Amino acid sequence: MIKHLRSAADLDAETATLILDTAAEMAALSGREVKKLPALRGRTVVNLFYEDSTRTRISFEAAAKRLSADVINFSAKGSSVSKGESLKDTALTLQAMGADAVVIRHSASGAPHRLANWVDGSVVNAGDGTHEHPTQALLDAYTMRSRLGRLDGLKVAIVGDVLHSRVARSNVLLLTTLGAQVTVVGPPTLIPLDVAAALSEKTQVSFDLDAVLPDSDVVMMLRVQTERMQDSYFPSAREYSRRYGLDVPRLHKMPEHAIVMHPGPMNRGMEIAPEVADSPRSTIVEQVANGVSVRMAVLYLLLGGK
Amino acid sequence: MAQPRADAPSKIILAESDLHRVVDRIAHQILEKTSGATGTVLLGIPTRGVPLAHRLAARIHAFEGVDVPVGSLDITLYRDDLRLKATRALGKTELPPGGIDGLRVILVDDVLFSGRSARAALDALNDIGRPSSVQLAVLVDRGHRQLPIRADYVGKNIPTALSESVKVTLTETDGADEVKLIGGLT
Repeated sequence: MIKHLRSAADLDAETATLILDTAAEMAALSGREVKKLPALRGRTVVNLFYEDSTRTRISFEAAAKRLSADVINFSAKGSSVSKGESLKDTALTLQAMGADAVVIRHSASGAPHRLANWVDGSVVNAGDGTHEHPTQALLDAYTMRSRLGRLDGLKVAIVGDVLHSRVARSNVLLLTTLGAQVTVVGPPTLIPLDVAAALSEKTQVSFDLDAVLPDSDVVMMLRVQTERMQDSYFPSAREYSRRYGLDVPRLHKMPEHAIVMHPGPMNRGMEIAPEVADSPRSTIVEQVANGVSVRMAVLYLLLGGK
Repeated sequence: MAQPRADAPSKIILAESDLHRVVDRIAHQILEKTSGATGTVLLGIPTRGVPLAHRLAARIHAFEGVDVPVGSLDITLYRDDLRLKATRALGKTELPPGGIDGLRVILVDDVLFSGRSARAALDALNDIGRPSSVQLAVLVDRGHRQLPIRADYVGKNIPTALSESVKVTLTETDGADEVKLIGGLT
């Protein structure tokens, strides 16, 4: 088993499938009255969050606690980081405290890779800048597999701000590893063509959402990241919504069985219409529930053994 | 535990027909000891305890027409040697629809050795429900207990040396029904 989960590229098909299978067992165990499992008793998991997060942090915390690990939550606000402490010094502090795993979210791409050099424990990337978010990709893959029964040959459209999306990057890497056919869709300003080509030869690029919808099993809408939109990537929010937002007429263009995904948080009315977000074909709430099981599987597989 | 080499000498302890007779006998003993196997649930411990539990249920049904619910109980997350070895994949835990609360649970496993698996199974049961009582059925008891645990139903007692290992194969998991003793001096 691998030691760190820094990138979805750390996972080969066999390891990724093991994580998804383990997550399925974890999900089955979560249905019972006593949800706590003793597998990580006495282990310490530190949640090191330099960026705001709701579901990822809570999800990792719930996952670690259900496996009986001790959880230390660290957020940059209200810590010595605001006094100017560097990531390295914070890492050495965690190392001295004996963290068995560090779950890190950071605004700088590559922060988990640096961190892995400084601590002895496992490092799990919970989102680094515009780079990667591997556990999100795993829970998305898990959701697709449990809804549609397979990943191999599945046609997945990832729509929106691909340029800034770590979710898109990790999903492209993981889904192609698992045999899905990925098409990234968005305005040309938000699709790094060279990056899409470099990610995988199997990934396709389209600028026309309406043409892609009828042939997709999964449509994954990305959040328009207003906090990373200093330059004008599109003329207006309204135009973006017209051309790349998933509204009800577009939902009807999708095949009957196709599902709608969104990693959250949503901008309702912008990239996704409220009626679509709340429709039975949307898996948005399911994705959050699956997140806990997938993160339990990751923590167990990274920390459970020798 | 030191494993005997792959080319170590092996001896067949139970051939196919013997193994079937042993399963039949355990099924009869369960019926006898539980007065007809009412209020009883069989829980197999993966991997080979699960097909054994299904076989016992089928034999009990054949002998007395009683339907005993069967499930599986994975003990991986409850093992005491979890962090001494590489990470293990999880097995399936599937409880019968009626659950286990207030029922007599019979744990089914292939080999009883140190007793640590049975201990882990008891811990796992504790988190799932509250059975009225718990019993243990094993195909082979090879001795060398490290915990105060004993089986209620034993298919065959096989005196072994620690250097030997007992290998149970079943049609469902390995393609053949057989119990072998591997290694040792002879």
